[in-house]
Amino acid sequence: MDFTAEQVERYSRHILLQDVGVEGQERINKGKVLVIGAGGLGSPVLLYLAAAGVGTIGIIDGDEVDLSNLQRQVIHSTPTIGMPKVLSAKETMNRLNPDVCVVTYHELFTVGNAFDIIKEYDFVIDGTDSFPVKFLINDACVMAKKPFSHGGILRFDGQTLTYLPGTACYRCVFHGPPPSNAVPTCSQAGVLGAIAGMLGTIQAAEALKFLTGTGELLTNRLLTFNAKTMNFRTVKLKHNANCPVCGEHPAIAELVEAEQAVCELKKKS
Amino acid sequence: MGRIKVNDEVQEVSLPMTLAELMTVNKVLQPDMLSIQLNGEFVEKESYAATTVKEGDEVDFLYFMGGGL
Ligand SMILES: [Zn+2]
Repeated sequence: MDFTAEQVERYSRHILLQDVGVEGQERINKGKVLVIGAGGLGSPVLLYLAAAGVGTIGIIDGDEVDLSNLQRQVIHSTPTIGMPKVLSAKETMNRLNPDVCVVTYHELFTVGNAFDIIKEYDFVIDGTDSFPVKFLINDACVMAKKPFSHGGILRFDGQTLTYLPGTACYRCVFHGPPPSNAVPTCSQAGVLGAIAGMLGTIQAAEALKFLTGTGELLTNRLLTFNAKTMNFRTVKLKHNANCPVCGEHPAIAELVEAEQAVCELKKKS
Repeated sequence: MGRIKVNDEVQEVSLPMTLAELMTVNKVLQPDMLSIQLNGEFVEKESYAATTVKEGDEVDFLYFMGGGL
């Protein structure tokens, strides 16, 4: 890949980095990343991946931009209220960096489309707010041996882990979705908007580290933080032999349809 | 009394104590939203009441976090 003078300038702060350089930037420009959910986590992830010049960025999200999203979903804006999130995000990304090819899927991530979509990408980012979909992403990526980043936020807390084939997966930590009556989501429990940025930028950094082969990924570790205390903690994880999807005797041999949780606040609007 | 670590912080608790009791002491309101590692090994939910914590043990309470959108 030969960079134009404009590209050399655009990516100069990456190229200057010893661990990235021209070669690393080329890998970024050839990279393909899928972001599931163009919301609180997806917004910063998509912005930073587009700015970095990731060659192909897929976005899957079935929602439209809502006024209550704008407190944290910084890729959208007041004039794009009502527009499909995937298109609103694409517009912003195209303005930020025309080098990037943005592929949009205005639909939910389901058992039916999971494998077909993820097979087009090098790395997957979970930016959803539904437990069943988080487990579906995990299972599809484990079965397809696809590296991915898990992320979750709630109130003042965030957590993330990165999966590579053979390392601890999300189900190694949490066997299955909690009972739905026990589950507060952002729309029910609230979330400090900036937390989404804190966690999403960590996920974007993991994707860029993966593409460039730089540093140590958050594999076999769960990073958790609390913004009230600003304590960050990395919990060591071991691959769990009893894991229902990647353990020694996996009970889950095929994908199970995720029940899409309907948010209480959304129902009213 | 004995010293253990819960999420990297030292706690003084009366030992022996089961993981189920430790959850109560730590005011875990929703046990369903929790996964527990004892000295780096996951403990199955069914075993919380039967698993005891010893002096110097390290316990991680890992919470489900579902938000993202
Ligand atoms: Zn696993």
